[in-house]
Amino acid sequence: MPELVFKPKSKFWEFVGAKIISISALSALIGILLIFVFIFKEALPVFTNSEVQEEASLDKMTFKQEYYEGREAKYSWQPNSTVPKYSLYPLFLGTIKAAIIAMLFAAPLGIGAAIYSSEFASRRMRETIKPVIELLAAIPSVVLGFFALIVLATFLQNVLGLTFRLNALNAGIALGLAVIPIIFTVAEDAMTSVPRSLREAAIALGANPWQVSMTMVLPAALPGIAAGVVLGFGRAIGETMIVLMASGNAAIVSASFVESVRTFSATIAAELAEVVFGSTHYTVLFFIGTLLFVFTFAINLGGELVLGRIKEKLQGRTQ
Amino acid sequence: MKAHESTISYGHDLLATNLEFKEKTRGLIPRGLTLAAVILIVLMLGVIMFNVIIGGIGIISWEFVSHPPEQGMEEGGVFPAIFGTVALVILMVIAVVPIGVLTAIYLHEYTSPTSKITRLIRVAIANLAGVPSIVFGLFGLGFFIAFIGGGLDWLFYSSEGPVWGQPAIIWAALTLALLTLPVVIVSTEEALRTIPRELIEASYALGGTKLQTIIRIIIPQALPGILTGSILAVSRGAGEVAPIMFTGAAYYLPYLPSKLNDQFMELGYHIYVMATQSPNIEATKPILYGTVLVLLVLTFLLNFVAIYIRSSMRKKRAA
Repeated sequence: MPELVFKPKSKFWEFVGAKIISISALSALIGILLIFVFIFKEALPVFTNSEVQEEASLDKMTFKQEYYEGREAKYSWQPNSTVPKYSLYPLFLGTIKAAIIAMLFAAPLGIGAAIYSSEFASRRMRETIKPVIELLAAIPSVVLGFFALIVLATFLQNVLGLTFRLNALNAGIALGLAVIPIIFTVAEDAMTSVPRSLREAAIALGANPWQVSMTMVLPAALPGIAAGVVLGFGRAIGETMIVLMASGNAAIVSASFVESVRTFSATIAAELAEVVFGSTHYTVLFFIGTLLFVFTFAINLGGELVLGRIKEKLQGRTQ
Repeated sequence: MKAHESTISYGHDLLATNLEFKEKTRGLIPRGLTLAAVILIVLMLGVIMFNVIIGGIGIISWEFVSHPPEQGMEEGGVFPAIFGTVALVILMVIAVVPIGVLTAIYLHEYTSPTSKITRLIRVAIANLAGVPSIVFGLFGLGFFIAFIGGGLDWLFYSSEGPVWGQPAIIWAALTLALLTLPVVIVSTEEALRTIPRELIEASYALGGTKLQTIIRIIIPQALPGILTGSILAVSRGAGEVAPIMFTGAAYYLPYLPSKLNDQFMELGYHIYVMATQSPNIEATKPILYGTVLVLLVLTFLLNFVAIYIRSSMRKKRAA
């Protein structure tokens, strides 16, 4: 006969077990706090150390600087030149350009596929679409970067006749491939969480299925879809390997989408290995890391808040 | 009179058919557009996979996966990178799975879903999942290598050079463990929700304590979910490059890692290095494609297994 009797209770192990479990539960919380503390700690000299500030104060990283006497003031990121230049503006511009292209590419596709999967697809079809999107999400970003670098860049250059092989457009499209699954998953989840009873009520009132989708489900799920887009944008800003490999990594100030760009994340990845521990350059790279962390943190917090609220509203319960 | 009636009924019919017609055609457009989005996504996934398979299949052989790179990575195989990747994810799983599972159990069994601490932990998990991978790399460098590793050196090895305070496989694995923690937690939680409440209550009714119930009932019942989470974490961890660039991965090593503080080669990093730093990209290309194929096959296999386990778990719950 199998062992059906529990061993005698031990208060001691019960206590230890409970403590181990509750301490482990704090790991995610502690983890995120440690990330912030340790990244910010390395970036702190930007605010406190006058030697660092001489080259890279907040002012100097934000506004145009006259690096050489008599020459025009400009934005420039050249940390290794004889006159180190730490303007973050070119990097900011590059990051935003790549992310905007990624969103223009990924948002319509992600939302469109989500609408199809939740509103039009048969059960069978839906069970095919979802794993396919999961596979897309599973492609390591270094593979997407490789694909953009070797295949997509050549294709775009030949088709559009571009001067620069690696550019914001190329990086943005590859970035979009990484963002599509996020938008799809969040948007689809928002639409399927619209209660069945609401749909049935609308159908009972004489609406046909697509009217239900367009006039009832979509408006109800709109905040969720928006949250998906915003979360996708957060990913596009923080993604590293794709832009590092596919963007050309030139920190230039230009409005063109077919010139090379250098993003915040790629700058850290490309330069951190060569900097001297504790130098101004090192500090600035951690400062960029802090910016990325704070920005994505705010986006995620906002996104989660919106998602929690619409679930509450639609289903009358908290997740 | 008659004429009047017929006009009315005629007008009504016209209105009705008109509406119906409009609805049908208008329903087709969103349906078609959204289906086009799905098809485009599937197509792009197909193009990437096709390209990688065609480019890489020719070089895949037993020799390729069992030999080290030769001739500046233009010949030979990728064995050290495969070995390093496997060693890395094993260490990562050892670190992340127990903590992730215990966190999920805590959230599910020890607190009410609306309590402050639960909400805080959930916010932390959601945000941890959104932190850019390059920020994890910075964190690994600042926390694990400089703080923990440097601290250990200062305490025990003050006379020698850095022993622990340098890039090493253990630091890379711990960095990835933090990155994949949300994957394990979310997946385990999903499994916990599928356990019939009666089973747990029966255990308590028979006099089982909380710890006994967790060890004898909850963990065994949640095993498929824990397995899914671990596999997904491995798939994610095996593909991430940005977090390990500064925390332990090496361009090339003539030996395999044998100690926790050794550096290592890794598939994703190997791809990055070959794709961007090779002096002769044409000569490296076959090996590059082969490496991408190995990584992609590894990732997809892991994901297929995870998707399969999860879907059979969901079917069991539905039944």
